[in-house]
Amino acid sequence: MMTAFWETEGLQTLGIVVLVFASIKLLHLMGLISFSEDSVEDELELSAVRHRPEGLEQLEAQTRFSRKELQILYRGFKNECPSGVVNEETFKEIYSQFFPQGDASTYAHFLFNAFDTDHNGSVSFEDFVMGLSILLRGTVQEKLNWAFNLYDINKDGYITKEEMLDIMKAIYDMMGKCTYPMLKEETPRQHVEVFFQKMDKNKDGVVTIDEFIDCCQNDENIMRSMHLFESVL
Amino acid sequence: MATGVAAWLPFARAAAIGWMPVANCPMPVAPRDNSKRQDELIILNVSGRRFQTWRTTLDRYPDTLLGSSEKDFFYNEETKEYFFDRDPDAFRSILNFYRTGKLHYPRHECISAYDEELIFFGIIPEIIGDCCYEEYKDRKRENIERLQDDQEENKDMKLPNMSFRETVWRAFENPHTSTMALVFYYVTGFFIAVSVITNVVETVPCGSTTNQKDMPCGERYTVAFFCMDTACVMIFTVEYLLRLFAAPSRCRFMRSVMSIIDVMAILPYYIGLVMTNNEDVSGAFVTLRVFRVFRIFKFSRHSQGLRILGYTLKSCASELGFLLFSLTMAIIIFATVMFYAEKGSSSSKFTSIPASFWYTIVTMTTLGYGDMVPKTIAGKIFGSICSLSGVLVIALPVPVIVSNFSRIYHQNQRADKRRAQKKARLARIRIAKSNSANAFIQTKRNGLLNELLELTMGTEEDEQKLTKSTSLLESQHHHLLHCLEKTTAHEFVDELMYERNCLETALQTFSSRSPSISSHDSSVTTCCACRAKKHSSLPNTSLTHPIAAQQGPLQELSAIHIQCGDPPSHTASRSNLNLKSDDSCRINCKSGRITTAIISLPAPPALTDGDGLHGPPQRRPPPTIQTTTSSAGSNIVKVSAL
Repeated sequence: MMTAFWETEGLQTLGIVVLVFASIKLLHLMGLISFSEDSVEDELELSAVRHRPEGLEQLEAQTRFSRKELQILYRGFKNECPSGVVNEETFKEIYSQFFPQGDASTYAHFLFNAFDTDHNGSVSFEDFVMGLSILLRGTVQEKLNWAFNLYDINKDGYITKEEMLDIMKAIYDMMGKCTYPMLKEETPRQHVEVFFQKMDKNKDGVVTIDEFIDCCQNDENIMRSMHLFESVL
Repeated sequence: MATGVAAWLPFARAAAIGWMPVANCPMPVAPRDNSKRQDELIILNVSGRRFQTWRTTLDRYPDTLLGSSEKDFFYNEETKEYFFDRDPDAFRSILNFYRTGKLHYPRHECISAYDEELIFFGIIPEIIGDCCYEEYKDRKRENIERLQDDQEENKDMKLPNMSFRETVWRAFENPHTSTMALVFYYVTGFFIAVSVITNVVETVPCGSTTNQKDMPCGERYTVAFFCMDTACVMIFTVEYLLRLFAAPSRCRFMRSVMSIIDVMAILPYYIGLVMTNNEDVSGAFVTLRVFRVFRIFKFSRHSQGLRILGYTLKSCASELGFLLFSLTMAIIIFATVMFYAEKGSSSSKFTSIPASFWYTIVTMTTLGYGDMVPKTIAGKIFGSICSLSGVLVIALPVPVIVSNFSRIYHQNQRADKRRAQKKARLARIRIAKSNSANAFIQTKRNGLLNELLELTMGTEEDEQKLTKSTSLLESQHHHLLHCLEKTTAHEFVDELMYERNCLETALQTFSSRSPSISSHDSSVTTCCACRAKKHSSLPNTSLTHPIAAQQGPLQELSAIHIQCGDPPSHTASRSNLNLKSDDSCRINCKSGRITTAIISLPAPPALTDGDGLHGPPQRRPPPTIQTTTSSAGSNIVKVSAL
C-alpha cells in the first residue's frame, strides 16, 4: 500500500518533469526561447558596403588633380579602407594616429562631417578627393568656405559661440594633457572670445560667411597660412 | 549570368539559328561590339611577380577590382602594366578565380590576411567553392572567437555618462567593476549555496522523537526550513527583478537560458504558496520541490568552468543525440532478445520486455548490479554479446565530445593567458606611442641646437652637428604637430616636464614669493622658482649639455624670458616684454642650463606662459636658417642660464 502510494507519486513526478522539459523544448523549437548566450546566428553577413569609385577620367575632370596624383591618392585610400568607403570609426582611428598625445576623436568627428558632403555616414573616395581638391588646389575663397563649413556644425550658415566652443575644445583636446603651459579649463573659451572679437563685426553674436571671409582676407597671417599646404601632394 | 561559361556564349548564340525558322515575329537587333579591341594580354605586376592574363578573363567579373575600371588607378604608364603592392602568394588564388570561376582557400594562408586580400580585390568570400568553404568558415569562426575574448576586455573600461540602468547592468555582468557589484555577487552565491544545502538537509533523518521514528529534518523543523526558503527566494526574486529592470533588451533577456533558470528556481515556491492545503494536487506540489534543485544551475553565473561545460554540451548536441539514439536501438534489440531467451526458464526476472530494459542498460554500461541475471545458456551468450557491444557503442561518440571540450577549454586558457599578458602589452604600446610623441619633442630640441650652432659657429662644423636628418614623412608629421602647437599657443612637453610643471605651479601658488616678472596675472613662475628647479632640470638637459659646454661665449647672450600673455592673441608681439624681463632675470637665475640667443622677427602665433626653463617661442632670423621643425617662422626656445 505504501509502495503503491510512492509508485504513483513517483510516476507523477516523472510525468511532470517530462512535461516541463517537453514544453521548454517546444518553446525553443518555436523560437521563443534561445539557448545560446550570445545569439550566434549563422552570420548572413552581407559583405561590408563595397563601393567602386568613378572612373579616373571623370575624377580628373571634377577635381584639380592630375592623373598620377589621383592614382597615388587612391592607392593610399584603398590601403587603409579596402572596401572603398571610410566609416566614422575608421576615420577617427586613422586621424588619431597622427596625434598620439591627445584625443583626436572629437575633431575627427567634425572633420568627417565636413568631408561627408552627402551625409550618408561614410566617406567614399569621391568625397575624399573632392574635399582634398578644395583644400589643396582651391582658391583662397574656396578654402575659407570649407573652413566655415567645418566650423558651422549644424550647417545653418552661422557660427555661434557654442559651435565655435565645441570646435575649439576639440582642437585643444588634440594637444593632450602634457602641454606647456598647462591647459586650463577656460583656455578654449578665451580663445573663442578672441576669435569672436576679431570676426564678429556687427557684434550680433554669430559669425556669417561674409564676415568670416572678409575678416580672414584682411588678416595677413591667415592669408599666408592658407598657402601653407599647397605642395602637400 | 553564369560568367564562368562566358566562353560558350558565342556557341549558344550560334545555336539560336535553330529557332529562327519557327519564330513568327522578327528578331530584335543584335548588340554590336563597338570596341573592336583585340583581346590583349594584361600584365599584372604584384610586388614584382608578373602575372599575365587576357583582358576578357578579367572582364568576366565586372564588379571586382580587376574586372572594372578601378584597376586604372593602379596603372603604371612607364611600364604599361598594373602594379599592386600586395602579397603575390595570395594573389595566385585570386587570379585563379578569374580563370576557373572557382575561388579556393589556401590552407596555409592566415585567415585574416586572406580576408583582407579578398576585400581589397572586391571579391565576396561567399563564392569560395564547396571544396574549401568548410575550412574557411571554421577558421573564420575560430578567429572570431579568439578576437571576441579581446573585445570583452574592453567591457571593463568605465564609460562616462552611463545611466543608472546601464550601471546596474554592467555591475551584474562584470562583478569586479565595482565593490557593490562584488558584494552582490558573493551574497547571491552564498544564498544559492545555502538554498541547495537546505534542500539537501531537509531530507536527512534527524534524531527520532518519542512518538515517531526517524523523521526527516524538514518535517521536524518545518518553520525554520520554511523561513530559510523564504529568505532565499526573496533574494532570488529581487535579483531577477533587478536584472529585468537593468537589461538593455528585456525581451531578449527574458528568453535567455539564465533567466529561465532563475524563473524555474523561484516559481515552485510561489506556486506552493498559492496552492497550500489542496490535497488533490499535493502530489504535484511534491514534484515542484524537485525543481528547486535547479537553483544549483544559477551557479553557472559564478563559475566559468560550468559555463564551459554547458557550452561544450551544447556544441556537441548532435553527437550526444547520436549516442542516445544508437543506445536506444541497441537496448531495444537486446532487451527483446534477452526476454525471449529467458522466457523458458522458471522464476526468471525477465517478466516483460520493458523489464528487460533495465537489465540491458545495466549491462551495456558495464554496471552489472546483479539484480537480474540470465540463467539459460542462450541468455548468457546473448548477455555477453550485449555487454561487449555496449562498451563499443558508448565509446564511439566520446572522443568527439572530448575533443570539443578540449578545444573550448584551451581557448579559455589562452584567453586567460592573454588577459594576463595584456597589461604588459598595453604598456609596450603606450611606450611606442610616447616614443613617437617624444620624437617630436626631441626634434624640437635638436632643431633648436642646430639654429644655435649655425648662429654662432659658422658653417664648418655644421655638417657634423646637424643631427640625423629626419625622413620627409617624419618632418611633415612634425610640421603638422607644430602647426597645432601654434594654433593653440601651447607646446607639447613630455611627461616628466609636465609633472615638474605641475609641481612648480603647486609650489608657487602656495608660496607666492618673489614678485612676478611680467605684468600678467595668470600663471607666472618666478625666478626663485627657477632656482628651485635648478637641480631638477639638469637630467633633462643632459642631452644638450655636452654641446652646451662649448658655448661659453654664448652665456653673455643669455636671455631669459618670462612671459605671460593671453594665449590666443594672434597678433601680439612680445618683444617689449622680453627685453624688460631679461635684465632682471639674469641675475637671479643661474643654473646649469643652456642659453640660447634670440633674435626676433615678427611672426604669427601666440604667447605661452614661460618660466626659466622653457622660454617662450622666440622669433628667429628669416628663412635662411631652415630647420626641420618649422617652416613658418618661429620656434621654441630652450632658455637657461649657465
